[in-house]
Amino acid sequence: MSKTIVLKKGLDIPVAGAAELRLSKTVSPDIVAVQPGGFKGFSPRLLVKEGDRVLCGSPVLADKANPAILVVSPVSGTVKEIVRGEKRKLLAVLVQADGKREQAKGPGAQKPAELDAAQVKEHILASGLWPFIVQRPYGILADPAVTPKAVFVSTFSSAPLAADTEFTLGDRCGDIQAGIDALAKIAPVHIGLKSDESAFAKLQNAEKHIFKGKHPAGNVGVQIAAVSPILKGDTVWTLPLFALAAIGKSFLKGEYDVRRKVAVAGPAAIEPAYVEMLPGTPLSALAAFYGGNAEGLRIVSGDLLSGVTAGAEGYLGTAHDTVSIIKEGTEPELFGWAKPIRWGQFSTDHGYFSWLTPWRKYDMDTNLHGGPRAFVMNDAYYAKVLPMDIYPIYLLKACLAGDIEKMEKFGIYEVLPEDLALCEYIDPSKNYIQEIIAKGIDLMLKEMA
Amino acid sequence: MKKFWHATVDAFQTFLKVPGTVALKGAHLRDAIDLKRIMIIAVIAVGPAALFGMWNVGYQHNLALGDGRLQILANFWQGFLQVLPLYVVAYAVGLAIEFFSAGLRNEEVNEGYLMSGMLIPMIVPVDVPLWMLAVAVAFAVIFGKEVFGGTGMNIWNPALLTRAFLFFSYPTEMSGSDCWIHLKEGETLVDGFTGATPLALGDSAAHYSTSVWSYIIGTIPGSVGETSVIAILLGAFILIWTGVASWKIMTGSVLGALFVGGLANLFGVGIPCWEQLLLGGFAFGTVFMATDPVTSAQTETGKWIYGILIGALCITVRLFNPGYAEGMMLAILLGNTFAPVIDHCVVSVHINRKNKKALAL
Repeated sequence: MSKTIVLKKGLDIPVAGAAELRLSKTVSPDIVAVQPGGFKGFSPRLLVKEGDRVLCGSPVLADKANPAILVVSPVSGTVKEIVRGEKRKLLAVLVQADGKREQAKGPGAQKPAELDAAQVKEHILASGLWPFIVQRPYGILADPAVTPKAVFVSTFSSAPLAADTEFTLGDRCGDIQAGIDALAKIAPVHIGLKSDESAFAKLQNAEKHIFKGKHPAGNVGVQIAAVSPILKGDTVWTLPLFALAAIGKSFLKGEYDVRRKVAVAGPAAIEPAYVEMLPGTPLSALAAFYGGNAEGLRIVSGDLLSGVTAGAEGYLGTAHDTVSIIKEGTEPELFGWAKPIRWGQFSTDHGYFSWLTPWRKYDMDTNLHGGPRAFVMNDAYYAKVLPMDIYPIYLLKACLAGDIEKMEKFGIYEVLPEDLALCEYIDPSKNYIQEIIAKGIDLMLKEMA
Repeated sequence: MKKFWHATVDAFQTFLKVPGTVALKGAHLRDAIDLKRIMIIAVIAVGPAALFGMWNVGYQHNLALGDGRLQILANFWQGFLQVLPLYVVAYAVGLAIEFFSAGLRNEEVNEGYLMSGMLIPMIVPVDVPLWMLAVAVAFAVIFGKEVFGGTGMNIWNPALLTRAFLFFSYPTEMSGSDCWIHLKEGETLVDGFTGATPLALGDSAAHYSTSVWSYIIGTIPGSVGETSVIAILLGAFILIWTGVASWKIMTGSVLGALFVGGLANLFGVGIPCWEQLLLGGFAFGTVFMATDPVTSAQTETGKWIYGILIGALCITVRLFNPGYAEGMMLAILLGNTFAPVIDHCVVSVHINRKNKKALAL
């Protein structure tokens, strides 16, 4: 039986431009980028060279530390270009698609029920889907040698304008169930549901928890903290729901299929809707949604709180199912903060009057609305949007000071930057809070290595 | 050098308009709130107390000369002219130091001093010599704030440090019965007049035409902004509603004061405990000074403890210090000192309990 957990803290940012629940088109791009950047802790070794023929599921990159972890091509075609950045850092491998979607000989279809934990891991590694598994603490590439305490999957995203999984994956419960059956061989699987009526409420073989509340109730980190907080020495795996479906499909049919319905949304998006596409698809394929000219716009792969600025020349991130389009807020606003009523702006703070109009949606932009300052408001001001049992300012100050012991004490194991994204949103001191956490995590990784 | 002036130029520019800077990393959306807005709300919240205080300066002056008419505009104008120089000095000295240190640190100027500067003239006697005020402000801002790294890093409330500096350096100007009412030399007082505050008079028989209502309305001598409980409550309402200040600290402080005052009353000591809340700087300190988000306790439980501690300390000092009638300033400064310790205890207890609970799962 599923247990309901009510999270009282949080905030749903009333930003305009939610994607309409319809599939506007399917993009079959000529070029697809295989990007190592989306997986934290993956250090890529190139397995192909320009001109090589690859199939759907052919290995393109392997992890230097653990060569069994592969990143594979999502299409069949030829390797067109290897894109490198500063210090020859590998940014992407561009594959010219042939449109045939020919499958490589992967691990083949297997029944999870007949496998043991080691065989399940082997299958996922060979399928190329392993990098989608995220290991907490620190949100890094999962280590196949580890047996985690549990596997957590959130079946919904509560981030602003994020893709509605009921719409994108509600018809793939069969695949998801196979994925759960497979992962349950490794560790108990917990899934976080939005409600009893969710399409995913009928999934079996997993412990189900219903999370009621505002964002970040859909964040898997928040769900883990509410069910079984990560302590020192614990390891937990998480993966996005579409990756769970892809793993399931790999077991059922032996196919590598990471196509997904992506929400193209945002206050600057024209007729926001869903598009079926592959990770690594050039975002220029979405030109219709921003009127062809991306000047003055920010095109984000991911949601508006923790997505990555990709630009029109960028690609859909490996683990993203939302593309957000928003205006750059480069216009100064005369007397902005001094105006008694600032009609166009939203604030959760009662210092403005947007609480009087809770039904309004706002055409937001990327303006910072202030300048950087030291933390002035106290811990409780930030804690009201963080439904976790931690003190955000204490954690942030420990990260800023680089104090490992304090970081541990104040909960660095439990959080990823995305969990504190709302603290960053409401911060009147305009600090880059997610970056502070990310740097803290990097320091922990360095010190613990 | 150009860099140094940048902070000053930037401060004036951003005062007029919200700059077109965008969020470069992290969240692509940002709330419209910023520290300028929060500080201006706090400044507005002090407004009623400040306006009433100016009127009262004029009223008390004329009362001492035997003219007890209300004369709203005339009294206000007289008081305004008296308080204005205090504001000019407090802001000019404080902001100059703020701008200078922001330039040195190559940071933007923090808005914190807007609130401190608003508070300082409210908590000093109206006749304080301006040079003393300037020295005290400089001391508080430099040694109370800038040496720690500016607003957000300070341990003590800068406005209160200003007052503490004056109090300990120039005690004769800061207490007794001559400083609370503005008087020029050669003016003839009415017979039997005393300029002492009701708090200083305590339960002695020397009360002059003061009633509980005059405490609440504020027609009594005292520091400029502290006398009117009604005006302060208006400010408290604004602060609590906008979330700038914590109602827990305010309630805690009132409870702490009632507790110690009540205990003393049981033994027949002191004025009735509820009168303690209306007199002196208690209300002003509780609402505007103890709740400073930087120097108060950070945690929710800590705020209760911190508030109660301040209320209790204030009344304790009032009851047992024979030399000086008021205890709020020292109570809050002590509260500021102990706030990190209170938070440390609250957080430690909480984390230990959480770890035990998690291990039991």
